[in-house]
Amino acid sequence: MLRYIVNRLLLMIPTLIGVAILVFILLRMMPGDIVELKLLAEGGGVDAATLEAERARLGLDKSLWGQFVDWMTGLATLDFGVSMWTGRPVIEEISSRLELSMQVALMATFLAIIIAIPLGTLSALFKDTWIDHVIRVFAIAGLAVPSFWLGMVIILLLLLNFNWIPPLTYTPIYEDPWRNLSQLIWPAMAVGYRYSAVATRMMRSTILEVLQEDYIRTARAKGVLERLVIARHALRNAMLPVITVIGLEFAFLIGGLVVTEQVFNLNGLGKLFVETVTRGDFTMVQALVMLIAGFFIIINFIVDLLYAVFDPRVRYR
Amino acid sequence: MNTAATATITYALPKRRHPVVQFMVQQPLGAGGLVVIILMMIASIFARHVVPYDPLQLDYGAMLAGPSWEHWLGTDAFGRDIFSRIIYGARTALLVGFLASFVGSTLGAVIGVISAYFGGRIDMLLQRFMDILLAFPIIVLAMAVVSVLGRFLVGGLDLNLVIAIAVPMVPKVARVVRASALAVREMPYIDAARAAGYSDSRIMFRHIVPNVTAPYLIMFTAYVAQAILLEASLSFLGLGVTEPTAAWGLMLSGSSAEFYREAPWMIIFPGLAISLAVFAFNLFGDSLRDWLDPKIKL
Repeated sequence: MLRYIVNRLLLMIPTLIGVAILVFILLRMMPGDIVELKLLAEGGGVDAATLEAERARLGLDKSLWGQFVDWMTGLATLDFGVSMWTGRPVIEEISSRLELSMQVALMATFLAIIIAIPLGTLSALFKDTWIDHVIRVFAIAGLAVPSFWLGMVIILLLLLNFNWIPPLTYTPIYEDPWRNLSQLIWPAMAVGYRYSAVATRMMRSTILEVLQEDYIRTARAKGVLERLVIARHALRNAMLPVITVIGLEFAFLIGGLVVTEQVFNLNGLGKLFVETVTRGDFTMVQALVMLIAGFFIIINFIVDLLYAVFDPRVRYR
Repeated sequence: MNTAATATITYALPKRRHPVVQFMVQQPLGAGGLVVIILMMIASIFARHVVPYDPLQLDYGAMLAGPSWEHWLGTDAFGRDIFSRIIYGARTALLVGFLASFVGSTLGAVIGVISAYFGGRIDMLLQRFMDILLAFPIIVLAMAVVSVLGRFLVGGLDLNLVIAIAVPMVPKVARVVRASALAVREMPYIDAARAAGYSDSRIMFRHIVPNVTAPYLIMFTAYVAQAILLEASLSFLGLGVTEPTAAWGLMLSGSSAEFYREAPWMIIFPGLAISLAVFAFNLFGDSLRDWLDPKIKL
């Protein structure tokens, strides 16, 4: 078991380093000079000396290798530098928005779990009946509907039917829970629908597989009540792949958030990401992508670990 | 001489249906998806003849008009007919979708086969690189590639957008095809080919590749759906197709967001179009997988 953990950890590190390098290369290849964008935006005549001074201040005048070394040492000490656009430390910019995005992501996950597990199970148990067909259509539609469009439709329906739109400014949940939830439940639903669709399909196919297993037949032969066969044997064994999928898809949520936050005008990480990419704010984009990719990798690692904990057969690979 | 009548023996062979017909009978949902896809393709190829209005034609006299007999799905803020723009949007979506998925899946498949066949260091290196690409959420990677490459229009189609959408697909297809190719590599006929002295590339292309077509096709169709969705998202964010080209994601951003109260049809129909297209491809892809190889784990 320990060997498995160490193995996985060791695999993680080169991947992280590779991601850091790739991010750096991609960013430096982006066209557009942020200094020019920032200072020449108003059409003002800024002379070359000021541009150079600004470049020096931001560390852009160093050679590419010099910038790379800065980046890597900064990463090692978790110092992401300063945003090239606003001048504030990157950590500050990110942490103020992290709360919001995290909350939406967690709410979407919660919604997905409470929808997917019962629906997936029902769909498997009543396979090929109308229940199964309805749930499957629901799930496939969830994969097809773009989450940002769903968000727009939700706002539209709220507006037309109840003449109400969600609050536009963010209040943390500990300040005013009602207002907070009334704002964030909608993006959570928009992003969560797709998430729950994936989980439902996974749940259904896993339970179908598990029901073919020998131990189910044994339990039935022993005379165990059918509902206990399902609850105690089928569900428990089916949970593992489903948890894996839920864990992996959680990281994909971030992708969904990027677009949905635009629709709901939420000041979260997704919106920040879009803004910084269009502006060419290197340090910010680097830090964000590094954060997201690192998050992904760590979640993969945790999921692998959970899998090994629950399924001993995996440990000896 | 034996003059007994010799009866001619006829064998009753089972009637063999064409595979396409077989597919349509056994997988009705997938067949439905296929029908929708074919209709979409016909509509986009013959778009010029199908649409009542030019999608770029402005008509300030009929801005934000609701669905009516003149404009079946209404008009947008510039007076352009939404129905026409949706048909042309289908052309954009299908073009970008098919191209991106083809490029991504084929490249991924090639990498997967090479990785599986050579094994050892090459495999490790390629897999490491795929892992790195897999560490990014799809849209993040696509956005990064789009920003780096800028725009490269060829005949009205942005090739860099196609590449940006294709890139995130490569590692996933590579992984699946590699798993399949690893299994094929153990087959006796590969050994026989090697013993016969065939070159590596010949073995790869003439023996391994044909046997991994099933997962390849499945991933390809599934990824057309994803490509369409990704293109819509990127266009919505302003990083994909630009005005005045008709594209579904583009129709959802900009002025539609401002006028959604007065003219909800501006956002309802493009979104429905996206959902329908992705739905059809998903249905077809699912059924294809069920039909070709139900046990395959993707």
